[in-house]
Amino acid sequence: MRIGDSLPEWHVEATPTFVISTAIATRDFQDVHHDRDLAIKRGSKDIFINILTTTGLVQRYVTDWAGPEALVRQVNIRLGAPCYAYDTLKFFGQVVERENQELTVEVVGRTGHGDHVTGVVKIEVPA
Amino acid sequence: MTDKSAIEKEAARIAERGESAPRLARDPVNLPMINNWLEAIGDQHPGYTEVAPPAMVQVWTMGGLHGQRTSDDPLGAMMAILDEAGFTSVVATNSDQTYHRYLRVGEHVSVTSTLEDVTGPKKTALGEGWFVTTRSTWYVGDEPVAEMRFRVLKCRPAEKPAPQPEAPRAQAIRPAINRDTEYFWEGCKQGELRIQRCGGCGLLRHPPGPMCPECGATKPKYLVSDGRGVVYSYVVHHHPQVPGKQTPFVVALVELDEGVRMLFELDGEPSIGLPVEVVFTKIDDELTMPSWRPRADR
Repeated sequence: MRIGDSLPEWHVEATPTFVISTAIATRDFQDVHHDRDLAIKRGSKDIFINILTTTGLVQRYVTDWAGPEALVRQVNIRLGAPCYAYDTLKFFGQVVERENQELTVEVVGRTGHGDHVTGVVKIEVPA
Repeated sequence: MTDKSAIEKEAARIAERGESAPRLARDPVNLPMINNWLEAIGDQHPGYTEVAPPAMVQVWTMGGLHGQRTSDDPLGAMMAILDEAGFTSVVATNSDQTYHRYLRVGEHVSVTSTLEDVTGPKKTALGEGWFVTTRSTWYVGDEPVAEMRFRVLKCRPAEKPAPQPEAPRAQAIRPAINRDTEYFWEGCKQGELRIQRCGGCGLLRHPPGPMCPECGATKPKYLVSDGRGVVYSYVVHHHPQVPGKQTPFVVALVELDEGVRMLFELDGEPSIGLPVEVVFTKIDDELTMPSWRPRADR
């Protein structure tokens, strides 16, 4: 794992089941994450993924690549366009820093509407 | 209350209160919730049997289905002040989580929150608003185990621009016709695509001009093209609106079989090298416009 290494592209199909089951599994019961009628009434196109799920997906993207021995130290994300039901969320990533066993990975998650999430994940890998 | 200094004063008052009282998670860190989370996220990481995924830290202290903010919650207090000042929309912009260590099954976390920063009013794409930053700290007993800096934008919803009325066809932009270009537009009226040809050396050229760039002769004639060629380059125009046009539309530079290139609208799916032919559309008695369409025999 070196600076410049790319993570394999990863696609998440944000089906309504995915949006709802992740919202409930993260104990986020805001209606815009499970009730389409109310989401539309509030001006959204559809239900959309909640922030705790985005954080979880970013973490998973990096640990899927780095392996189960890697320890996650930080997940810093900037939120952009919502990821709606039926969107495909495409993740891209690259190692941007390495200091001994500490790696900084830059991550982007993108839908057809633009960047849903951009951020960095700091991990510690075994020597 | 819409006054900047009044909002800042309220923010300072809330920030001064410091850390809110610790709020205990409903449940200790437990495997059923971890497994639900792993299942929903689709994470097959094998290591979460005795410790929880770090990104779950906030999950433990979520308010739940009937959750209400505590009275000393600084984010809630700041939201109320900004709501009152007319900044009623809320959008989360940043979540920065730091995990000091992994949480073990059975540990019972609590969370506190402080107001870190309130900045505004700022003009944003979503409207004028204030950025509110809070810091949450999760504890096991007295030990801080994780932190989060969380930022939201509280804004006054921007007024939506009125939908652009569609320009009627009759208002199409008209070409500037002069002595140099008259032969071309006259040709269009007659269903002929005319290419300027030097009266001296015979060079074909487009766009038209008064003088041959090759020999300097000033007696241009024209040749009638077969009107067939291939797409050399193109653009798909999305913005801004153009009178008489419905966006998006395609403008294609076509290399004619005779060797010169001409630029008209293309009615069809564009691609480089696409064989096309010219078509003429009568706008009114004065004007006929040429455009391209893909060739049937391609």
